[in-house]
Amino acid sequence: MRRTDISRWIDPGLRWASILTYVFLFLPIVVVVVFSFNAGRHVTELTGFSFRWYVTAWTDPFVLRAFRTSLEIAVMSGLISTVLGTGTAIAIPSAPRWVRRVFQVLVNAAIVVPGIVLGLSLLIFVVAATTWLNNWIAYLVPGSDVHLGLGFYSVVAGHAVFGSALVNVLVRTRLASLDPSLMEASSDLYAPPMRTLFRVTLPLLAPAILAGFLLAFTFSFDDFIVAFFTRGQSVTVPIYLFSSIRRGVSPVINALASTLLAITISLLGVVSLVYRRWSSRKTEEAA
Amino acid sequence: MVTKTEGEEAGSTKVAGSSGKVSAERGLHRLFLALMAPGLVWYAVFLAAPMVVLAIFSLGRRAPNGGYQAALTLEQYAALPTRWVPFVNTVRLGLIGTLLCLLVAYPLSYYMATRGGKRKTQLLAMVVIPFWTSFLIRTYAWVFLLGNHGVPEVLRLLGFGDVRLLNNSFAVLVGIVYNYLPLMVLPIYVSLERVDPALRQASKDLGAGPWRTFRQITLPLSAPGIVSGGLLVFVPVLGEYLIPVLLGGGQTYFLGNALADLFFQSRNWPFGAAVAVTFILLIMVLIVAYMRFANKLIAEGREVPLL
Repeated sequence: MRRTDISRWIDPGLRWASILTYVFLFLPIVVVVVFSFNAGRHVTELTGFSFRWYVTAWTDPFVLRAFRTSLEIAVMSGLISTVLGTGTAIAIPSAPRWVRRVFQVLVNAAIVVPGIVLGLSLLIFVVAATTWLNNWIAYLVPGSDVHLGLGFYSVVAGHAVFGSALVNVLVRTRLASLDPSLMEASSDLYAPPMRTLFRVTLPLLAPAILAGFLLAFTFSFDDFIVAFFTRGQSVTVPIYLFSSIRRGVSPVINALASTLLAITISLLGVVSLVYRRWSSRKTEEAA
Repeated sequence: MVTKTEGEEAGSTKVAGSSGKVSAERGLHRLFLALMAPGLVWYAVFLAAPMVVLAIFSLGRRAPNGGYQAALTLEQYAALPTRWVPFVNTVRLGLIGTLLCLLVAYPLSYYMATRGGKRKTQLLAMVVIPFWTSFLIRTYAWVFLLGNHGVPEVLRLLGFGDVRLLNNSFAVLVGIVYNYLPLMVLPIYVSLERVDPALRQASKDLGAGPWRTFRQITLPLSAPGIVSGGLLVFVPVLGEYLIPVLLGGGQTYFLGNALADLFFQSRNWPFGAAVAVTFILLIMVLIVAYMRFANKLIAEGREVPLL
């Protein structure tokens, strides 16, 4: 009797626990988005629908500049990540065993090492390296006003470390699922390696490469911690948001955050669309 | 590590080249180099070299105006006990946070794996989507909710008096569970998904109650997922900076905050480097110890007779 009582509660219990967890996952984000459209300043001040906080946010020259910096960093590090990650993914299966091992350690490190360690070690390294370089430049070219240091490019470098590991893993997974006889056929028909690469391998990998670029872009666009350490004087959107949040909650931050959420989620939508297209085309070919 | 990765390309060209199509092979190796080298050099310069420099800096002294002065001393490491409090904070809240993550993630993963049916993929995607959005914004959402003009104000209007929800350990734990939940759900889901439903049915047919089936079948078989989930959550939480700053106020101070202060406020780079190196070593030791412990648990779990 007792046993059946317990069993009767298991299913609804599980269902409700799951529903509550989903509410927990989505409620905060939804609340921020909803209140970004609220004309009033606070949660308790529900005074109707308004775009005023969006207008305030996106006419602020600091926001616009930060947005531009973020976009430039994300595009650049995304492209670098894609080139590096794809190249290594294609080359690694034919690499000597110890190269594969060293490379795997590096990729794992890039993914596992917490962002804060990646950021601060890069900070130290860039400062040490550029101080040394600047001394040489000053010595070799007296009177030159070249002064290297932290900034845009060190953020790009840091983001591309993680991004390329991401692209590498994605592309390698796809490559493993491809039929190797396609590449073999191409080289048996006397296509030089370059042509096989550009005519066969890369087109087959295109969806994974595109998805990899978008994910690396999204990561870079959203990253706070690596940029926090390596940015120098550059201000990205997350850095700007962070300093505004520390000054206090405001509806303008809700508007900014909601815009960024919209950008990230639409990029993710594109990624999943690319993947779905790809898999449906694959089944068509098989048919 | 730097020299290894850079010396590698020269070695790889020598390895192959035994086939008849010599020119094609050579072209292939040139291509291999062109594809592999940029990625390896990037990791050598921007990942491995910074770690080496970090280790070197940790043996130096603070320059009079902040920054680094070359030296070969262990005094930075001798000063480590001064950061005992943030260390304890990090490990304590990290452990509690990971445990809470597990408690929230397990029922959800179990539900998805056993009752998900055709909607499994969608249910899983709904867990992953928030994870891909900005960490900063997800944390901010809780600052907004728990802050003075959020839930506490609503509670005040309802007559609950003055409730403080932000700037304490509670808020930090909420932030940890919220941000890292997907990292716990995914591996547990994967391991639960692999459990053959027939095993549960067999256990039931042989007269075991739901609790006993769970303890003797499901839990041991999902142990690998719990282990990797625990690791995936605990390690990044140790390096947390944003959550304690935004949700913990000044009350909870993590290692990450100590590091940021050492680099930006007191500009004591060698000491910061020493803390960072210790932190990396700590993570490695934790991972190894955790895996040992977990493997033992799993091994024991497997030895539990099915009846």
